[in-house]
Amino acid sequence: MIDVKGLTRYYGEKRAISDVTFHVNKGEILGLLGPNAAGKTTTMRILTCYMPPTSGSATIGGFDIFESSMDVRRITGYLPENPPLYTDMRVDDYLDFVAKLKGVEKDKQASEIDRVIEKTSLGEVRKRIIGKLSKGYKQRVGLAQSLLNDPDIIILDEPTVGLDPKQIIEIRDLIKNLRGEHTVILSSHILPEIEQTCERVVIINEGKVVAEDTVDNLTSRLKGGQRMTLLVEGNEERVRKSLQPITDIKTLNFESQKDGIWQISVESEKDVRKEVARQIVSANLGLLELSPDRFTLEDIFLQLTTKEEVA
Amino acid sequence: MKQTYAIFQREFKSFFYSPVAYVILALFTALTGVFFYLYLSSFVQASFMDMIRSQQYRMAPQKLNVNLMLIRPYFWNIALISLFTLPTITMRLYSEEKRIGTVELLYTSPITPNQIIIGKFLAGLAFYIVLLLPTMFFQALLFVYGNPEFMPVLSGYIGLILLGSAFISAGLFISTTTENQIIAAIGGFALSLLLWVVGWGANFVGPGLKPILDYVSIINHFEDFAQGVIDTSHIAYYILFSFLGLYFSLKTIESVKWRA
Repeated sequence: MIDVKGLTRYYGEKRAISDVTFHVNKGEILGLLGPNAAGKTTTMRILTCYMPPTSGSATIGGFDIFESSMDVRRITGYLPENPPLYTDMRVDDYLDFVAKLKGVEKDKQASEIDRVIEKTSLGEVRKRIIGKLSKGYKQRVGLAQSLLNDPDIIILDEPTVGLDPKQIIEIRDLIKNLRGEHTVILSSHILPEIEQTCERVVIINEGKVVAEDTVDNLTSRLKGGQRMTLLVEGNEERVRKSLQPITDIKTLNFESQKDGIWQISVESEKDVRKEVARQIVSANLGLLELSPDRFTLEDIFLQLTTKEEVA
Repeated sequence: MKQTYAIFQREFKSFFYSPVAYVILALFTALTGVFFYLYLSSFVQASFMDMIRSQQYRMAPQKLNVNLMLIRPYFWNIALISLFTLPTITMRLYSEEKRIGTVELLYTSPITPNQIIIGKFLAGLAFYIVLLLPTMFFQALLFVYGNPEFMPVLSGYIGLILLGSAFISAGLFISTTTENQIIAAIGGFALSLLLWVVGWGANFVGPGLKPILDYVSIINHFEDFAQGVIDTSHIAYYILFSFLGLYFSLKTIESVKWRA
């Protein structure tokens, strides 16, 4: 549905993105992940025909962003990082304007506006002035705007930034509901968000794509080992001694907590939870906690962006 | 077309959402009203003096011409007040969109820069016509209590609207270059004033440059309209001027968009 090939963009001398290439399938939610100033917004702005790339090309729904930019705009809904709202208008006037701008047919206009208002639960505020709404509502108005004219492709630039946890969950659920009918690109620097909403992830750092894969594949790429965290009462020496027989353990990391309690991170070749528990208990040490650590997207992200090798 | 109308409609409505429009409307009406009153008073006084004189010397009274003594200078006056007022209308036309980030919506919607610019220009022009309404009311009073010629009044308004569209296109151009409304207002005013006074310089330059400066001066072309003459060359000047302003506005937004 979306094919991005070698996009490069310079701002004067500064290179914002270089050779960005990725692919999005129809009906899928793709997460664009990267630290601030990695080039996420630039990429999205190019895909929405806000500005042209310095070089490279992209096709959206079969239309080239350069050759048939009007067709691309017709089938794309876009929510920029700062929702583009006329703060002195009322919500329904604003949506009415955007509907006209997007060329929604006159007789469908009212029903289309009702549809997006319902989808983003803006019913109670539709007669209010946008400038007087809370941040969460403003964000939803921005989202409603991007859904007008039922676009095939929806591009959302950090849609949950600045919202409270409840609002974040609401927006996330809304985005998840778009799956299937719409193809969605979503950018964020918040990892759990991408993990929860997206099927595939493109990780961008310093303007370059450093990884493109499904969330599961990315996490399993790091599963070269197992990790767990222990909370043990006793002294360091005895703990070390008791764990020595387990040969699969690669590293042990001790961190002193208060009252003689140690927090120990264990990395091992394979799952050694049972052995560890047995050893510690039989050595008469107090095992307070044992929890496996999953490698999260966060780890992948840090590894990739700090230029370390993926295990 | 539909999209242009959407831009026009939103822009025109938005004038009335903000208090600025009402302040401009009030001040413009007050200023043009005061000048109308002053011109009218001096005209009444002049005709009164004329009447007394004619009785004293037993001559027929000279018929004083309302069009010549009142309406013509009054049009000049409205033109001058417009020079100061129009930059405050045009300053927000584009700068506001840039400041609040709605350009991202406009540029990513299926609408061409032409449609945006034309919609905005027409909205500015429509608001200017609203500004002129009270002055039309003042002039209508003259028709109630006297019998001035109508055609010079009509041509005067045609001239004002053409002059206004030239100012608006210049102001719109300045507005596309900045996201700061104050700069847009000052820049628009400076550009308009420069085009106004450039004709004065015509008297001090050589014969080669004089006709050029005379032609460029935005107010020289207004003179005939105020006198009741509709000359196509002047109409052509204003239309050309407006097109130029719109063209430059268009090029600015395209260059900002496509600057690599």
